[in-house]
Amino acid sequence: MIRFEHICKSYKGARVVDDLNLHIARGELLVLIGASGSGKSTILKMINRLEPHDSGRILFDGREIQSFKPRDLRLRMGYAIQSVGLFPHWTVARNIATVPNLLGWPAAKIGKRVDALLTLFELAPAQYRTRLPHQLSGGQQQRVGVARALAADPDVLLMDEPFGALDPVTRAALQQALKRIHRQSGKTIVLVTHDIDEALLLATRVVLIDQGRVVQQATPLDLLSRPANATVEEFVGRSDIGIKWLSLQSAVDRARAQPTSPGLTLAAQASLREAVSIMALHHVDRINVLDTSGQHAGVLYAADVFAPQGTPGG
Amino acid sequence: MGKVKNATNAQPQPTADRATMPINTALRGLLCDRLFWTVAALLALVLGLPASGSLFAHLFPALERPVYLQEPFTQLLWQHCKLVGLSSLVATIIGSLAGIAVTRAAGQAFKPMVDTLATMGQTFPPVAVLAVAVPLVGFGELPALIALTLYGLLPVLQGTVAGLQAVPEPMQQAARGLGLSPWQSLWQLEVPMALPVWLAGVRASVIINIGTAAIASTVGAKTLGSPIIVGLSGFNTAYILQGALVVGLLAVVTDMAFERVASRVAWQA
Repeated sequence: MIRFEHICKSYKGARVVDDLNLHIARGELLVLIGASGSGKSTILKMINRLEPHDSGRILFDGREIQSFKPRDLRLRMGYAIQSVGLFPHWTVARNIATVPNLLGWPAAKIGKRVDALLTLFELAPAQYRTRLPHQLSGGQQQRVGVARALAADPDVLLMDEPFGALDPVTRAALQQALKRIHRQSGKTIVLVTHDIDEALLLATRVVLIDQGRVVQQATPLDLLSRPANATVEEFVGRSDIGIKWLSLQSAVDRARAQPTSPGLTLAAQASLREAVSIMALHHVDRINVLDTSGQHAGVLYAADVFAPQGTPGG
Repeated sequence: MGKVKNATNAQPQPTADRATMPINTALRGLLCDRLFWTVAALLALVLGLPASGSLFAHLFPALERPVYLQEPFTQLLWQHCKLVGLSSLVATIIGSLAGIAVTRAAGQAFKPMVDTLATMGQTFPPVAVLAVAVPLVGFGELPALIALTLYGLLPVLQGTVAGLQAVPEPMQQAARGLGLSPWQSLWQLEVPMALPVWLAGVRASVIINIGTAAIASTVGAKTLGSPIIVGLSGFNTAYILQGALVVGLLAVVTDMAFERVASRVAWQA
């Protein structure tokens, strides 16, 4: 879908992006992660030509992005940013309708689309359509920001730290919403963040950027179990890397197919991290596990979690 | 029980009153309106001054002619408004366009130059501009118009630039990222958001020009400054007072009117 080939960019004499090669496949939720100043945001903005690159090629849908008019390119890509950037003098509905309006959709189609998106983001259309951005909470504004990016059903969704300024509860809710939308729509999403937990939770593939270079690209699980070097280890958090690794795996997968044993039962869809946490707290070495439908699925043994096979690095 | 009955009895009454209600509220609104009363005071002053001979004769017994009667005050007021309106219109158009131009990427290089020019226009005392303009274009309204336009330029320019520069960068980037052209971003986003600050600049410009236009009488333009100038040269304090009262009240009325418009334009409650 999007391919970076030998992309370089300097800013005031300093290399911001250094010989970047990256392929973003259709339907991926690719997370670019790195410390501030690593160049991750610049890389994202190169895709819709908000940032020009000095050398190399970027292909979108097999065509070099320089061959598109910036405007045409941007109309095919949704764009959501951290500070939301909602237009304060426009209602929620008009904000969401920005791109459909630019594309000249008929009013009835726009109205329908706005209502559908508001519903998708759990904002009652009748109640929120006519509100102004300053009448919304931070989380609601952010949802409208993402809805606006999705309005014209773009091929690609570019998100620049979209949940950065939110409180943890709201952020978690929006992360789940984004995951759901990605699963349902199968859209290609490129998301920039500096939050490793967000990256591990959302990504189908994580690309760790440092000083304008790709340090490692891997699935969240591989990133934790096989960090390429010390930089990656440092970034994912050396001390609790194993805990994060546990949080990415479901308890059901490690359970032994046994009938219910006396003792505690884990909630459905719980991760190994939650299982270990509960076992540690209650001083037990086994726990009942449910499947997604809430039926008994087996018994998880602490020994199996810590068994030699399949542990980080192994 | 009694409460319920009261409520049902009371209901028909508002429907009966509905026809007269809006007129009543409109009238009450007008009577409580400060702007309305100030305009009324200005009109009363302008129309009443010619008939106030005995009052001013009492206040200034030494004066032979205690009321300025060479031109009617209504005509002076009209001339004054015309001069201010025309010069402010030109200043607003030029100032706004220049402000927009120097905040575009292509025009940013010209910003220091435009700033300097506008500041110079403000630094020159209007009397000096009048003095320079008269030999070039002669006596009358034209030199006054030129001086007032130059003088009114800076506040408009500053308001336009400040308003446009206050539009947050992330918002402009969101606009570009979503696919708005620079032109669309300017008209749909930046201009509406800059409007309150721009209006404050226009307001300052117009108010300044109302005061400054009085000086234009020195070069032969008939304005509300005429009684003041004549009064100053003829030691007629009553003339000065009359001219000053009307100019002052006109400035107050205009400022209040701008305040009314400003409250409508504000996009954030």
